[in-house]
Amino acid sequence: MLKKLIATTALALVIGGVAEAQTPRTGGTIRFTAPYGSSFANLDIHTSNRAQDEIWAKAIHRALYNWDANANKPVLELAKEVKVSGDGLVYTYKLRDDAYFHNGRKMTADDIVWTFTRLMDGAKAYPGARYVRIIKGAIDVEKGQAKEISGLRKIDDQTIEMTLTEKVDPGFNFYQAMTSIYPADEAAKESFATKPIGLGPYKFVEYVPGSRLVAERWEKFYKPGQPYADRVTVSIMGEASARDVAFRNKEIDASILGPTQYVAYKADPELSKGLLEVPEVYTRVMGMNPSFKPFSDKRVRQAINYAIDADLIIKKLVKDKAYRATSWLPISSPAYDKDMKPYPYDPEKAKKLLAEAGYPQGFEFEWTATSNESWGIPIVEAVIPMLEKVGIKVKIKPVEGTVLSEVARSGNYQAFIWSNTSGPDPLTSLKCFHSATPQTACNYTQFKNAEFDKLLDEAAATDDQAKRIENLKKANGILREEAPMWWFNYNKAVMAYQPWLKGLQPNATELAIQNYEDMWVDASSPAAK
Amino acid sequence: MLSFIVRRLLQTLPIILAVAALIFVMFSVIPGTFASSMSDDGRSVLDAEVMARMNKEFGLDDPVYVRFGKYIAQLATFDLGTSFRTRQPVASVIADRLWPTAQLSFAAMLFAIVVGVPLGFIAALRPGSWIDTISMVSAVSGLSLPKFWLGLMLMYLFALVLGWLPSFGYGGGDPRYIILPAIALGVAPLALLARTTRAAVLEIMNADFVRTARSKGMSESKVVRWHLTRNALVIILTTIGLQFGTVIGQAVVVEKLFSWPGLGSLLVDSVTLRDIPVVQGSILVIVLLFLIINMLVDVLCAIIDPRIKYT
Repeated sequence: MLKKLIATTALALVIGGVAEAQTPRTGGTIRFTAPYGSSFANLDIHTSNRAQDEIWAKAIHRALYNWDANANKPVLELAKEVKVSGDGLVYTYKLRDDAYFHNGRKMTADDIVWTFTRLMDGAKAYPGARYVRIIKGAIDVEKGQAKEISGLRKIDDQTIEMTLTEKVDPGFNFYQAMTSIYPADEAAKESFATKPIGLGPYKFVEYVPGSRLVAERWEKFYKPGQPYADRVTVSIMGEASARDVAFRNKEIDASILGPTQYVAYKADPELSKGLLEVPEVYTRVMGMNPSFKPFSDKRVRQAINYAIDADLIIKKLVKDKAYRATSWLPISSPAYDKDMKPYPYDPEKAKKLLAEAGYPQGFEFEWTATSNESWGIPIVEAVIPMLEKVGIKVKIKPVEGTVLSEVARSGNYQAFIWSNTSGPDPLTSLKCFHSATPQTACNYTQFKNAEFDKLLDEAAATDDQAKRIENLKKANGILREEAPMWWFNYNKAVMAYQPWLKGLQPNATELAIQNYEDMWVDASSPAAK
Repeated sequence: MLSFIVRRLLQTLPIILAVAALIFVMFSVIPGTFASSMSDDGRSVLDAEVMARMNKEFGLDDPVYVRFGKYIAQLATFDLGTSFRTRQPVASVIADRLWPTAQLSFAAMLFAIVVGVPLGFIAALRPGSWIDTISMVSAVSGLSLPKFWLGLMLMYLFALVLGWLPSFGYGGGDPRYIILPAIALGVAPLALLARTTRAAVLEIMNADFVRTARSKGMSESKVVRWHLTRNALVIILTTIGLQFGTVIGQAVVVEKLFSWPGLGSLLVDSVTLRDIPVVQGSILVIVLLFLIINMLVDVLCAIIDPRIKYT
């Protein structure tokens, strides 16, 4: 099984590699889709942390770092080089001198200072503040105690110094679109909200709310010869079945697939040639609240893991569009332990553990779930008879996604099922289980384990990458053993693409988010001209 | 007539207020906030500070009665507030979406009227014939078909199999883009109009004044034109008015399916994301449109049928 997974991951990387090995063609239109809803939030990407908005933002904007999907790590984007101080806290960036905003002005250090200061505006609620907070003095700006971020210093127009509060890789904080660098002069104007100006490969042309965004090639983009296509259109298409028809009708170049379409596309001799499969950094779990007495006992939580035949559910219900989870960190994480085995399906062992924990007759709990087909009520309904076999009864509490996030944060649940981001930085991701992390942040199961904390603290402090990874693997192993959650699956993102679309990247952080400058369409595309 | 219009407009005020209060109460009671919706995809975690600041920025940390007072005060000055999501005035957000919804609704109703009314007439003039049977079976089927399914079938047939029309999108003025969503949305009112027209015409055909006209030797074409059509038109117009409002409300499914950038898809997204000012504004606009359309229908009925008096 594991070999198969690794082969699939390698295949995804190869697809990216093959695409880049071909000679890119210039011209034409890339017809992309935004599949997560029927609108974008707005055209100020600082205000949104949603994948749906990052899909268009990647065309218009750029941040200090970018995600290199093939290397599976953040890399410098708007800086040519960075020097790190001996204590790992001071980063000195030499910025690109060939990055121009779409109004023709060259980017300088002032734009970066302005952008990060804006994100920390205490009167506004920019989601990116979470990431900027690692810069020394950023919190003072947020609290209104300072006007400037003390840890962010312009040395000259092309050099900036950033002092961090803790030793982390800032690349993981500053690669997402919500920290995109804005032009300090233009972004303060009201017109910016309707006509965004960025540093990205495409400049804004039009936005039809609820329908599409169109952008055209930015001639002064800093990567020589790129972007290749003349235009990018991002059509908002939340309905999977409508995307399916449009894709088959060759009206769109790429489409994210759900489980049902995945089966159909795999079975089709033509469509199956254009599938990009990537293990994304999303882990699907059932969180168990330790405040609910039975779940405070590790043996009960383990029993739940033994009692559910996750492989069967993945095969039959999720249609193999997922990878079996062993613990929290997903396959694409650098700290994923490929030797770790998932809990086997063993109802007898589950019964034994329940009896040892004082629940020989089982118990009943309430399971909060949304209607999501891959990690919601349909999954819970499949699990119910499995749990009944060991004496555990389940009452479903249906909620909306908006309510689920509130429920998990407030602890107002007995169990919930959710899909949560578990990467790309394994340290940041595992910190959600550190005892110092409150439930309102992301420690939804109020996990507390001294050994786990120690491993994580050491991993954060060390400069030795191998030791860091080793610690994180061990911490992930503790999670498996302590089982604060039922480890269900890691998402397998699948994108169908037309034969003429080249240069797609196997982005494990979110497959729908692509660097458009690396993509092109060959002459067989209906939109090749 | 003018006094009637003014009176009807005034009558809409308490309805608007009641709807506004109802929506406000509903969204004060149901769980979930705009801030919590920001991490519902499990992708990005919002920290507690940002969430608290978001609630403060949007006034969601005020007591309910304070929020209600502010909301009513805003409404009194025709201010629908600011969208949490777009951070732009709700009126401008709705204005962007109103025209596509109006286009789609008009196109759907035009299709329903042009096909449904003649179909009902023909069926009524030949009761029991094969055309009557086929048209009424089709009408009942049209009423029963789920819009989502019908839309998909239309996409499949006209876009994928025949390649005649695009399967989705707004098209920026290209009329080909509106055809499939308009048919998907217009089939149900078409069916209802066909059935209503048939029933109305059949009833009038048996009325005394029609028999009298025929016995006096009036030609059949004149009977149809002068008596059947004019008398049936009042009932048909009333049905059209009611259906217009229903179509605007039901456009959401079709808009989402065809990526049509209308008010319906805006409303659903806003409910999901708890963008309450946009939800409130959108519902108020839909209610207002419904009331205005029905008032216009009443006026038209009075013009067509002089027996109708508005005092």
